[in-house]
Amino acid sequence: MQALTRYISPGWLLVAPFFLLVVAFYLGPLVNILWLSLTDPEPGLGNYRMLTESDALARILWTTLRICAITTVFSVVIGYCLAYAMVHAHQKSQNWMLTLLLISFWISVLVRTFAWLMLLGHNGVVNSGMEAIGLIDRPVRFMRNELGVLIGMVHYMIPYAVLPLMANMQTLDPRVMAASRNLGANGVQTFRRIYLPLTIPGIVASSLLVFILSLGFYVTPAILGGGRVLMVAEYISVQLLVTLRWGTAAMLGTLMLIGVLALLWIMSRFMRLTTVFGGGATR
Amino acid sequence: MSEAATGGLGLTTLTKRFGGFTAVDNVDLEIRRGEFLTLLGPSGSGKTTLLMMIAGFLDITEGDILLDGASIRDVPADKRNFGMVFQGYALFPHMTVRQNVGYALDVRGRPKAEIEARVDEMLELVQLSQFGQRKPGQLSGGQQQRVALARALVFAPPVLLLDEPLGALDKKLRVEVQDQLKDIHKRIGTTFIYVTHDQEEALSMSDRIVIMQNGRIEQLGTPTELYEKPRTRFAAGFLGKSNFLEMADGTHALRPEKIDIAPQGGLGGNARLSGTIRDITYFGAMKKYMVAVEGREDIEVGVDSWRNPHALHEGQSVELGWADHASIRLEEN
Repeated sequence: MQALTRYISPGWLLVAPFFLLVVAFYLGPLVNILWLSLTDPEPGLGNYRMLTESDALARILWTTLRICAITTVFSVVIGYCLAYAMVHAHQKSQNWMLTLLLISFWISVLVRTFAWLMLLGHNGVVNSGMEAIGLIDRPVRFMRNELGVLIGMVHYMIPYAVLPLMANMQTLDPRVMAASRNLGANGVQTFRRIYLPLTIPGIVASSLLVFILSLGFYVTPAILGGGRVLMVAEYISVQLLVTLRWGTAAMLGTLMLIGVLALLWIMSRFMRLTTVFGGGATR
Repeated sequence: MSEAATGGLGLTTLTKRFGGFTAVDNVDLEIRRGEFLTLLGPSGSGKTTLLMMIAGFLDITEGDILLDGASIRDVPADKRNFGMVFQGYALFPHMTVRQNVGYALDVRGRPKAEIEARVDEMLELVQLSQFGQRKPGQLSGGQQQRVALARALVFAPPVLLLDEPLGALDKKLRVEVQDQLKDIHKRIGTTFIYVTHDQEEALSMSDRIVIMQNGRIEQLGTPTELYEKPRTRFAAGFLGKSNFLEMADGTHALRPEKIDIAPQGGLGGNARLSGTIRDITYFGAMKKYMVAVEGREDIEVGVDSWRNPHALHEGQSVELGWADHASIRLEEN
């Protein structure tokens, strides 16, 4: 035992069972997916070669990236406004706003997507309402296209964008903004030169969160896109369940994982990730 | 920057209420141009609220603030051109020291060359010339305090407001910075309005002190006037220490260091009270005796340590004496 503890600190022995558990049930399947992507249907890089050869796959990846990017921009901009309003509201209204946000956060994505189906359909509330007040002559196509997918995804993602931003904004010292006003800067200057730069860690954190979550979105594109807007997650499920090409599915899964890790790595070169995920201001 | 602004401020019946709570209550005050005025009071006395109203961060409930005779009641904070050093400094953490100091000129759209020259000048004034490229997080507390001062003075404001600027510093550094502040005040001649709850700071730096309590001015005067002639029990107890004695004509305040102490019979015919020493505390330069006197509260006596002619010890019977003019009769309140 003494010989053992000389080489391995006792702390490691304590965490060893949990470490093995994580390796077996988390890392194991990941390696399995990587393995599948290289061996199914036949050993080699065949699955990965499809990325350059298949137009359909390239289109799906491009659609996914575009929708995720647009979703991220809208969610973060709207989330920024909400977070700002919540942080600077009175305590009582702040509690109300947070409760409403969390209710929407907790409602199942399926329910929220079907709610949009009701609202945005040909005879939905939005179309019939706009027709009734004479804003439009015939129903606008909100669904079975990218617009519908974007509306549903942005709506789902806003709470995810708000929470890291709020955590960031709450750490800011209001006296710093007061100092800017005192030194002669008007509200716009104070926001642009002091507030916005100090909330960059929050913006990065919420952008990363929203973008990464959007990459794996399945339910909303499937329902609101109506099969016309195909994103990676839905394509993977088709490969798994319909065409049974597990190798392709595994390759796409690996690709997304690498993409997320690459994103984190690029960000880590510009700022300390602990600042981003700690949500704190740079001091 | 308005050239006409020279820094004389008048507060007339200034009042601030938060709901039913009156934080500043009907304050009339004439602040002379170029003076170092300290607002001194315990927390909750309204001194910071008063400063925030002068800075323009809080609306005025009643009354007015006049700068060189003209009302600035409706002038927003960013148009008042008052410098301010905040509690905790409130430096911009993402900017360098130079950017912090130049900020006020930058947002006024001044030419680059002018800003650079002026920043150099200010950094020299606060002796931070070699730290221009650092971020505030890389500076010590004392250095940050000087950056805050340079940042607030860069646009030559007629009035500089300071909100407990030394609160975060340790005691030794605080004394050093007090001297620097006094020196800078003398050199630039700006009106300084200084908020603190530290009576030593107030005494050592100010031209005049305003003692505040419950949103009102308790007493206003030079440090000497306030220390030698406190008008109320609160003023006598808050600025320095006092013993309170009930005499035939009312309550008197008596400073500990103005009392003579000697063994029984040692004061000849000048003894006024006698008692026993309950406790002795040694402070280096001073010794403090707590003397229990029959039928009264304990009386505190302060004596220069080196002067201590009689080897007094705890439990000893002593007598106390003081000159007639040493005790000050207080107003009833």
